[in-house]
Amino acid sequence: MIRTLIGVAAVAMLTACTTSSGDRPKSASAAPKRDPGKPYDRNPYPSTYRAYPGVPTLLTNVTILDGEGGRIDRGAVLFRDGKIVEIGQSIAAPEGASVIDGQGKYVTPGVIDVHSHLGDYPSPSVDAHSDGNEMTGPVTAEVWAEHSVWPQDPGFSRALTNGGVTTLQILPGSANLFGGRSVTLKNVYARTMQGMKFPGAPYGLKMACGENPKRVYGGKGRMPSTRMGNIAVDRGTWARAQDYKKRWDRYEKDGGEAPGRDIAMDTLRGVLAGEILVHNHCYRADEMAIVLDMAKEFGYKVGTFHHAVEAYKIADLLKASGTCAAVWADWWGFKMESYDAIEENLAILEREGACAMIHSDDSNGIQRLNQEIAKVRAAAKRAGYDIPEERAWKWAAITPAKALGIADVTGSLKPGKMADVVLWNGNPFSVYTRPEKVWIDGALLYDALDPKRRPVSDFELGQPGEGDVK
Amino acid sequence: MKRLLLAAIALTALPAAAQTVAVTNAKLVIGDGSATVEGGTVVVRDGRVIAAGRGVAVPAGVPVVDAGGRYVTPGIFAGFTRMGIVEVDGVDETNDTGANSPFNAAIDVVPAVNPRTSAITLNRAEGITRAVVAPQARGSIFAGQGAIIDLGADMDAVTKPRAFQFMEYGETGAARAGGSRPAAYAMLRNILFEVRDYARNPASFADRGKDALLTRADAQALVPVVNGQVPLLVHVERASDILVILGLKREVPALKLVLVGVSEGWTVAPQIAAAGVPVLASALADLPASFEQLAATQSNIGRMQKAGVTVGIGMINDDEARQARLVKQYAGNLVALGKVPGASGLDWGQAFAAISSKPAEAMGMGGEFGSLRPGRRGDIVLWDGDPLEIGSAAVRVYIDGIEQPLATRQDKLKQRYFDPKEGALPKAYER
Repeated sequence: MIRTLIGVAAVAMLTACTTSSGDRPKSASAAPKRDPGKPYDRNPYPSTYRAYPGVPTLLTNVTILDGEGGRIDRGAVLFRDGKIVEIGQSIAAPEGASVIDGQGKYVTPGVIDVHSHLGDYPSPSVDAHSDGNEMTGPVTAEVWAEHSVWPQDPGFSRALTNGGVTTLQILPGSANLFGGRSVTLKNVYARTMQGMKFPGAPYGLKMACGENPKRVYGGKGRMPSTRMGNIAVDRGTWARAQDYKKRWDRYEKDGGEAPGRDIAMDTLRGVLAGEILVHNHCYRADEMAIVLDMAKEFGYKVGTFHHAVEAYKIADLLKASGTCAAVWADWWGFKMESYDAIEENLAILEREGACAMIHSDDSNGIQRLNQEIAKVRAAAKRAGYDIPEERAWKWAAITPAKALGIADVTGSLKPGKMADVVLWNGNPFSVYTRPEKVWIDGALLYDALDPKRRPVSDFELGQPGEGDVK
Repeated sequence: MKRLLLAAIALTALPAAAQTVAVTNAKLVIGDGSATVEGGTVVVRDGRVIAAGRGVAVPAGVPVVDAGGRYVTPGIFAGFTRMGIVEVDGVDETNDTGANSPFNAAIDVVPAVNPRTSAITLNRAEGITRAVVAPQARGSIFAGQGAIIDLGADMDAVTKPRAFQFMEYGETGAARAGGSRPAAYAMLRNILFEVRDYARNPASFADRGKDALLTRADAQALVPVVNGQVPLLVHVERASDILVILGLKREVPALKLVLVGVSEGWTVAPQIAAAGVPVLASALADLPASFEQLAATQSNIGRMQKAGVTVGIGMINDDEARQARLVKQYAGNLVALGKVPGASGLDWGQAFAAISSKPAEAMGMGGEFGSLRPGRRGDIVLWDGDPLEIGSAAVRVYIDGIEQPLATRQDKLKQRYFDPKEGALPKAYER
C-alpha cells in the first residue's frame, strides 16, 4: 500500500536527519565509518510571520460552528494570546477581556482556501504580474510559487474582508504537468512573502492532468500533446526522481561524494519522502483513477485532487485511496473536461465518506466560499441528503487544513489552536451575511464597524477608492 | 406568437390553452421595485400578464396554480450574456461568440442561437427566462448585433433579433483598434461618419471590401444605431472612458447609449444620470482587476442607483455564456451590503428589479419584459424560497405563459452517480 511505502520512506528520512545532526554512532568495529553527508537546506526561505498583538476576547451568545462538525447554539468562544482558550455554552469573562455579544450572529474558524493564485496572478492582472505558470516546459518542479507571490496583491484584502479567509495556499498554475511548489500563507499583509508564510506548513507540489498541459505543449509542437503523453512524461519524471532520491538518501546516510544537486528533483524527492504534499489539478474521473495508480507505481501519495469536477463519479475510489477532492460548487462547461460538473459533487463525496472540500481558484470566488458551500448544501438537500451546517463548514475549515498539513494548529476552534476566527453578521449560509470581524492569531485584522481595520495594499494607496468598502 | 404552435407540439402534456394561467396565493413580486404582495395573484392570458396584485379575480376558465404562499416573480431578465451561442467555451467548434472576420458591426448573433445549448436548459431551470445575448469584438471595436432571446424549450428562441449593437471601448476597445484609446475613438468617429454617408445615399457607398474600415454590410447594420432606432451597448469601465462615451452624444445626438461593465461608474454617477444613459453593470466586481477598474467596489450599483442612474445587472467577462443564473446571487449580495457600514447596496425590491425590470428598461424593453405589470410577457417563476437566497430553486417556470420543462443534463448525471458504485450493469445502462 502507498501509505506503507511512504511510511518507510519517511522513517528513512528521519533516520537520515538524525544521523546528520552530528550524533555520530560510537562504533567499536575496525572499519572506520564515513561521516554522513551534509543534507541541503529544506527551508531556505523561512517564514518570518509574527502574530500581531490582540486582546483577550470573549464572544458570547453566538452560534458556533467549530469547523470539525461541532455546533453550539448561543455559545461562547474565548481566545487569548493568539490561541483559542475555550469554547462552550457559557464562559465567564476573564478580567480585561473584550466581550462581544453576538446575538443572532455566527462564529466559525477562518475560511481556508486550498487553491488560490492571489499573489502569483495578482490584481491588476497585467502581463507584468503574470507569474503563475512557468510555461516554458512541462516539468518545472524546480519553481516555487512563493518566489512569484506579490504580497501587495489587493486580492488578499478582499478575501479577508468579504470572505473571512485567514489561510490560503498559493499554487503555481496548471499549464505544466509538474507546476512547482506551492506556499501556504496567513492572510495577513506583510512587506515580504516570508512575512506572510504560514509557519511550519509543509510545502505542496502542484501537478496537472488533462487538457491544459497537452494543449500548452502540444501547441508548441512538443511533448505532451495527448493525455497519454501527459502520463508518459509524468512517469519518466518520477522514475528519475526515484533514482535521485536513492542517491541522496544514501549520501545523507553514509556520506561519500555528494550527488549533483537538482532543484526540481529536490521537490520530487520531498514528495516521495512524504514531506511535500501533492495537489493535483485533475477534472476527469478516469484520469484521477490513472493518477492514483501512477502514485502507487512510484510510491507517493496524491493528497488532493483539485477542481475534480468528476470526483463524484469515483467517490468510492477516492475514499479507498484516502485522497481528497477540492471542488467548486457550480463551475461547469468552460472547457471539455468540466462538462460533467454537477452541484452535488461535494455532497456525493461527503455521503460516500470521501475527504472533500470547497476551493476557489479565483480572486472573486474566494470572497464567497461560504456561499459556495451553501449552494452545495442546498443542492444536496433537494436531492434528499440533508447535511447540517456544522458538518458543511468542515469543507472550508478542518478539511482544507488537513489537506495543507496544518490541521494540528488551525482549521477549527479547538483550545490551543491559532485563534483564526470569523464573526459573521448573520448565518454564513445566507447570501445576506458578511464577515463582521476577522481575527488571525487572535489579532483583530478586519472590523466592518471600523474603517481603520480595513487593510489597504500599497498598490491601492493613493488610488481612486483607497480605503473604500469593497 | 409563432412560438405557440411549436411549443404546443413540443410539450404535448400541456393543455392547449397553455398560454393562459393564473397563479394565486403568492408572495408576489412585481419586479418594478415595489413591495412584495402577500396573497397575490397574477393572471396571464394569451401569453401576457393581464393583472397582478392582491384581490385580482381569476377569470372563468383560466387554469389556476396555487403557489401555497411561496414567491412568485417575473422571470429573471439576464442583462448581458453570451448565452445560447456557446456550448463549451474552450471547444472552439461550439463557441460562436466571436470571429476573425472581415465583418464587424454586420455580424448578427441570430444564426448562432441554439435553443438546445446546455446553458439555456440549465438557466431556464434556475428561473432565467430572457437574456440579452451579445457577440464578442475581435477585429474591430464593433462586435456586431445582439439579440434578446427567451429560454423556452422550443426552437424559436429569438424574441428580438438585432436588438442592439455591441461595442468595446476602454482597454479592450483600444486593443481592437490597434493599441490605443485615441485609435479606438478615431475608428469610432470615422465609422459613424461613414455610416452617415451610407445612410444619405446607400447606392453611392463604395464597398472597399476586406481592407476597408467599414464594409457596406457593416455600414448598413449601423444605420439604425446612428438614427437612434437601435441601442448601442458600449463596454466601458474607467471613469474617464465613461465620460468620453457620454460625450459621443454631442456628435451623434440620436445615439441611444447603454453602458456595460462600468466598474468606476459611481465616481461619475451624476454625469451618467444627467445624460439619461442606462447601465448594465457588473455587480460584485470589487478588485482593481485592470487599471480601468481601480475604483471598483460592490457599492458601485447602489451608489449609481442613488444618483438616479437606471442600473440593471449584466455579466461581462464573467462566465456570461453559461452562468447567468448567478445574477440572483449577485443581487442577493447587493442586499447584504445594507448591513455593512459605509457600503451602498440595494433593498430587496430594488435588487430584484436589478435582475428583472431594470435591465429590461435599460434595453428599452421595460414595456415587454421584467415585471408583472399588465401587458408584459407572461414570464413567471414560482420559487420554493426567496429567489435571491442561496439554494432557492425555481419550482415552475412559465415563458409567454407556457410552462417549461426544468430537467437538465446535470440532473441525469446526479441521478446516475448519486450512488457512484456500479450495479448489476455498467453505469451506461442506468438512466
